[in-house]
Amino acid sequence: MGALASYLRAIGRTVLSVGDGLAVTFSYLLRAPVTLQYPDRMRVPVIELLPERSRGMLEVDLDLCTGCAACDRACPIDCIALEVVKHAERGRLIQRFDIDLGKCMFCGLCTEACPTGAIRHSHEFEGGTGDVRALVVPFVDAPRQPAKAKQEPPPAPKPLGSILRARMPGPWDRPRPPARPEGGEHAG
Amino acid sequence: MESLVQHLSARWSLGPWGQELLAAAAILLVAALVFVVALTYAGIITWVERRVAGRTQSRVGPNRVGPFGFLQWLADGAKMILKEDVIPAQADGPMFRLAPYACMLGVFTAFVSVPFGQLLIAADLNVGILFLLAITSLVVVGVLMAGWASNNKWSLLGGVRSAAQIVSYELPAGLAVLVVVLGAGSLSMQDIVRAQGGAPWNWFVFRDPFCLVAFFLYFTAAVAEGNRTPFDLPEAESELVAGYNTEYSGIRFGGFFLGEFANIYLLSAIATSLFLGGWQVPGVSPAEQAGSVWLQLLGFAIFFAKAWALVFVVVWLRWTLPRLRVDQLMGLCYRYLIPLAFACLLGTSLLLLAVVPGSALDLGLRLGTTGLGALGGALFAWRVAHHIRRAGDRVSLDVLQRGARGAFDPAWQTRRYGAFRKAARGQEER
Repeated sequence: MGALASYLRAIGRTVLSVGDGLAVTFSYLLRAPVTLQYPDRMRVPVIELLPERSRGMLEVDLDLCTGCAACDRACPIDCIALEVVKHAERGRLIQRFDIDLGKCMFCGLCTEACPTGAIRHSHEFEGGTGDVRALVVPFVDAPRQPAKAKQEPPPAPKPLGSILRARMPGPWDRPRPPARPEGGEHAG
Repeated sequence: MESLVQHLSARWSLGPWGQELLAAAAILLVAALVFVVALTYAGIITWVERRVAGRTQSRVGPNRVGPFGFLQWLADGAKMILKEDVIPAQADGPMFRLAPYACMLGVFTAFVSVPFGQLLIAADLNVGILFLLAITSLVVVGVLMAGWASNNKWSLLGGVRSAAQIVSYELPAGLAVLVVVLGAGSLSMQDIVRAQGGAPWNWFVFRDPFCLVAFFLYFTAAVAEGNRTPFDLPEAESELVAGYNTEYSGIRFGGFFLGEFANIYLLSAIATSLFLGGWQVPGVSPAEQAGSVWLQLLGFAIFFAKAWALVFVVVWLRWTLPRLRVDQLMGLCYRYLIPLAFACLLGTSLLLLAVVPGSALDLGLRLGTTGLGALGGALFAWRVAHHIRRAGDRVSLDVLQRGARGAFDPAWQTRRYGAFRKAARGQEER
């Protein structure tokens, strides 16, 4: 009798466990999926959702830069190319301030070294490009005088990412499909 | 169809040769129609499968091609046709090329005697169900051919496994079908459907408790014959790469693929006709239904709905259960399914002798079994409700939803991950 009982019990257990397993998966059919359809079907752009201190691509506010080259020295992989020259009449001039974002490893040491907060991480991260040279971003167009260490009044802070966006061709310049509200479901 | 051919040939006053030609044309037309319907169903099932798989795993599934990604299967089909058809140098060429056709043939030919509606059947054979059981065995030949001709250890193992599995599972499937044949007294698919009624308690599945068990036995065995998870050992990707179709690519792989997916519809359609009343409309007798086009269409729609519900169950089963081991597979078949099928056969035979059809006892038995089925359904609904309650605010009844409803909603994120962080912190402290 023991053998028959265990045989029947095995059948009962199988039926119950398969049934409950099916109930679990069926309940999952009624849950909201967690998929984010980046980039074209986001309710809010990802960049607005990043944490405040996230390290995106570097940008330099030349209204704050004193040309001290502390960032250049701090950079462990030399992705910052900073040239300061002495001009006979105009004094020190920042001639070149290029950042090779292709090399940058987003360690943030330059931002820590910067005494005025001129170099900073934006939240931009969509730097995909067809040509790696496009990732070298020049921040100086013509030689310009560096900022004084203590300015009166201090220049107004620029919105994060605005400097980089103006300097670098990026996905923000490409035409994008119109963002779709996520609730409505239509042909893709 | 024969009457139509006779009618047309009389009208156009065709000679005997003309009649033959007309009949041949009609047969070709019907064959093409059945083939196209089967292919379309197979394609749509791939979409259903991917959508259901997505939602089961909290994903979305394909949703870019057409509304809700419905046209994804057309894109996939075009891709398969355009891909290179590689034949390994060491393979047995002709056999390798032939195998997918054998596989498809076995499934698509079976569609010929599936009653989609009272008049919608390509050929109502008097040995219908026997034909179905026999012709689907052709799939084994195709799979074995593929396994052998590929000259690859995984393919061969997959083919041999498939042969062992399909041959074994034909026994419980056949025995479970026999239970129905006993009740209907005929092997013809249409006669079996006609022997049932539209209301659930007139279906064979709820005729008596043995039939209810037989339905589940047939369904399990048919899923196993179709090489579907949890019985997909012939192509177990974690052990055999892809089993018998490891070496196949392009549209030849597509042949196996379509055959497998058409088989899902086939098994659902057969289960619907045998156990779930087929095209019977509740409250309408077959004779009445034959007289009205609208009732015909309604019958087709009812069959369609039932068959697709079963297709959904097959897909759903795949994303629920893990694969069985080979010994468990054989153990399930020989130690459980076959003895149970014999018990059902015996029980139904005895009930057939004891209970007069149409008597109060018969009706009581039917209603009681229906109640049993309803009780099972209610129990299941209670379990689903239980699991939904555990999901909390993540529940969304929008089944076709696109996704990412709560993602990056800070409050939602805190609720979702906050608990997790707290648990992790607790572990660190310990």
